Amino acid sequence: MLLGPALAVSAILFSLGVAGVLLRRNAIIIFMCVELMLNAANLAFVTLAQQLGPEGQVIVFFVMAVAAAEAAVGLAIVLAIYRHKQTLDIKDINLLRG
Amino acid sequence: MFWLFAAFAIGGALMCITRRSPVASALWLVETLFSLAAIFVLLDAQFIAALQVMVYAGAIMVLFLFVIMLLNLGRERATDMRGWTGRLVALALGLVLVTELWVLVRSPLAGPIQLPAGSLSRVAQERGVVGVISDSLFRTYLVPFEVTSILLLAAIVGAVVLAKRRL
Amino acid sequence: MNEIPPAVSWTWLVVALPLAGFVANGALSFFAPHAKRAISAVGVGVLVASFAVALLVVRAVGAAPPEEPWILTYWSWMPAGSLQLNLAFQVDQLSAVMLMVVTGVSALIHIYSVGYMGEDPGYARYFAYLNLFVCFMLVLVLGANFPVMFVGWEGVGLCSYLLIGFWYEDKVNADAGKKAFIMNRIGDFGFLVAMFLIFQATGSLTFREVFAAAPAIFELGGPTITLITLMLFLGCTGKSAQIPLYTWLPDAMAGPTPVSALIHAATMVTAGVYLVARTNVLFAMAPVSSAVVAGVGAITAVFAATIALKQWDIKKIIAYSTVSQLGYMFLGVGVGAYASGIFHLATHAFFKALMFLSAGSVIHALHHAYHATGRHEDAQDLRNMGGLRRYLPWTAALMWIGGLANIGVPPLAGFFSKDDILARTFARGHEAGIYYLFWALGAVGALLTAIYMTRLLVYTFHGPNRTGEREAGHLHEAPWVMTGPLVVLGLGAVTAGAVNLPAVLPGAEWLARWLEPVTLLGGQYLLESHLGTATEWTLLALAAGIAALGIFGAWRLLQPAALKPAREAPAETGIQRVLLRKYYVDELYDTLFVRPTAWLSDRVLWKIIDAFIIDGVAVNGVGRLARFAGWVGSRLQTGQVGTYVVLFVLGTIVLLRALLRS
Repeated sequence: MLLGPALAVSAILFSLGVAGVLLRRNAIIIFMCVELMLNAANLAFVTLAQQLGPEGQVIVFFVMAVAAAEAAVGLAIVLAIYRHKQTLDIKDINLLRG
Repeated sequence: MFWLFAAFAIGGALMCITRRSPVASALWLVETLFSLAAIFVLLDAQFIAALQVMVYAGAIMVLFLFVIMLLNLGRERATDMRGWTGRLVALALGLVLVTELWVLVRSPLAGPIQLPAGSLSRVAQERGVVGVISDSLFRTYLVPFEVTSILLLAAIVGAVVLAKRRL
Repeated sequence: MNEIPPAVSWTWLVVALPLAGFVANGALSFFAPHAKRAISAVGVGVLVASFAVALLVVRAVGAAPPEEPWILTYWSWMPAGSLQLNLAFQVDQLSAVMLMVVTGVSALIHIYSVGYMGEDPGYARYFAYLNLFVCFMLVLVLGANFPVMFVGWEGVGLCSYLLIGFWYEDKVNADAGKKAFIMNRIGDFGFLVAMFLIFQATGSLTFREVFAAAPAIFELGGPTITLITLMLFLGCTGKSAQIPLYTWLPDAMAGPTPVSALIHAATMVTAGVYLVARTNVLFAMAPVSSAVVAGVGAITAVFAATIALKQWDIKKIIAYSTVSQLGYMFLGVGVGAYASGIFHLATHAFFKALMFLSAGSVIHALHHAYHATGRHEDAQDLRNMGGLRRYLPWTAALMWIGGLANIGVPPLAGFFSKDDILARTFARGHEAGIYYLFWALGAVGALLTAIYMTRLLVYTFHGPNRTGEREAGHLHEAPWVMTGPLVVLGLGAVTAGAVNLPAVLPGAEWLARWLEPVTLLGGQYLLESHLGTATEWTLLALAAGIAALGIFGAWRLLQPAALKPAREAPAETGIQRVLLRKYYVDELYDTLFVRPTAWLSDRVLWKIIDAFIIDGVAVNGVGRLARFAGWVGSRLQTGQVGTYVVLFVLGTIVLLRALLRS
């Protein structure tokens, strides 16, 4: 019923999340945009669950759990980085440079 | 109804990625999550909607806000958005991505299983909103369920260790 | 095919002995360059031994003259599909004659060199190269197929270069060596093209097979055979110094005199004549080419003779004389008188080697004189000589004999051989008028020969001495080791004529008849041309008369007393200068060929192709490209999370794209 539009919304949200990741330099805000992307994916799953069965919702369940875990760990890392470099601008976090 | 909440969600997301202050961004994200929860309800996923509000908006975003406050990022002096090149790149890639996804969505995604329309709401009526997923969750996907708890445990330990001042 | 006599099976020894000499002397040149006795013993010994073996081989050939040549195959060299090339020697009457000439004259010159080069520091190197040269020359004349002959052909070219530039520290000598080699190369190109064409047409490169198949395969006078023979002749003009590739020979006089005698008089330069004689059937089937050969020979004979008229360097005069006499030989083989050409080749080997070696004695004497008094004059300039018969009586007498033989005074050898050629040319006159023209050129050349030769001898040995008061006391005759070979050669120059007397005399044409099995194939294409007895006698008399006229005319007109030594001599003017400067042919070649090639090499080939394209673009460019690619790659590793995210997203988009397509 709401398949098409809902998936469209999911797509738009996802793209917005990607744009946000590309746009911002603050690590925490980037993180938030990643969460946005995850939510867009959740929306897609739920939408399709209407068509294809409750498995979709089960997946959403797991995604949320994992997202929580990931958020916790990620923010801990951000904290550690902030303590080191006093900045959260990802332009300055370039120790991966080859 | 759907369109209303969809508009809220998209608007919220837009706001989220463009605000200067991290707190504002976080709050806008919360608004988006609430709108999504509403949409979930409309999609016969009431339990998931509840979970969304409780876990996502309630726990994760709160965590975000904690960290933001902790790092004293409340007031932002200079914007942390990228320059014109960056904005262009973001815009371009975003548009490309959305187009692709849209085309993908439009393409026939017929799967082998097709539930009769409205069947999910019937299941919800019969077994309760939670019952929709309870069967799958505790029977077929029991192992992942238990593994997830271990994952959460690991996450807790990891977060604590990583955030310590002194190991 | 007849059985090979046991002596003939030792033919390989004739070639192997000089080769061993080369190796031995080469080793000595590194380890014991001052061991004169050892070097002389080896160098001369192998040649004398080689000559002895050759003598046995020739005797066997003479005892049982084969109708078909004896082929001695030693080694399968190139089995390539349908082509089977072997290292094989061919022993027949023609190679027997060449064997005698080569080993005999070489042995004498080796003996002479012991005296002439005795004080040279490069003594061992000299004998090594000389031995190697003889080895290659023998390979050339004994080869049973074109490639083996070509090995010898190239080899003698190489040795010629090595020996001309023997005193390489002087740039002039090195340049002369290079010039010789490069001009030879041009000729070699012709030889190679001819070889390819022959193989393409006949499928074989062995003499026997090619000559047997030729009458059937080639169209008489057709374009293929004409092209083949013209290309072969191009090789001959290079090797045997005919027009247009003759300019290296006078320059080659920069080498030691025995080298000039051996290589540039008796052996290497005669390789071209031998080639034509060997491939006589091919030339006989291409009348146009034969006419070209004869024509070029005749013109060269006269041309070179005119240049010799005005040269002052004794060796240069003899060099131009060689070019001229080679012209006669080509005239001979060009008109189909293959045996006559070979005859003149043999007699010329004697008297020209004699001339060169005698000149060597003269130069040797003058060198010693100048050395003793400390002056630095040109020991080879005629204007510094004069009246030397008082000081070098033996040399003078022998050189006169050689000179008279060269001019063609009866009954010396040169008279019979030159007359033979001219008579046969004249005899073909009734076929085509051009042969009368060739005969006339030959006659003019003979007159000029008489003039310049007499000039040489008179200015050197007669009249007042211009060497200098103090030097005169130091002039003396050469040691016996040098004069001995001169005597032997002199004997040859006197008596060799008996080998092929003209038809009207008793015991005539012995050589022509002996060579008949070889020249038969070619001979069948020639129309029978016999001179009447009266005509023959007239021609004989005419030849003698021309010679006498030239000698006496020159004797009368020359004024040796009026000459001044080289240092004080006035510069030449007018036509004399043109002759002295060899008609400016060298300058012409320089402008036409050498300069443009040098320009091309410098500007285009070096600067553009080598430095820019190959070095710059291909080699360095590849390096720079790799570095650039690396740089591009390195730009990806910024360490910036932002960059990585962008790449992430890009990758995702591409993947989705792929998904879309499927």
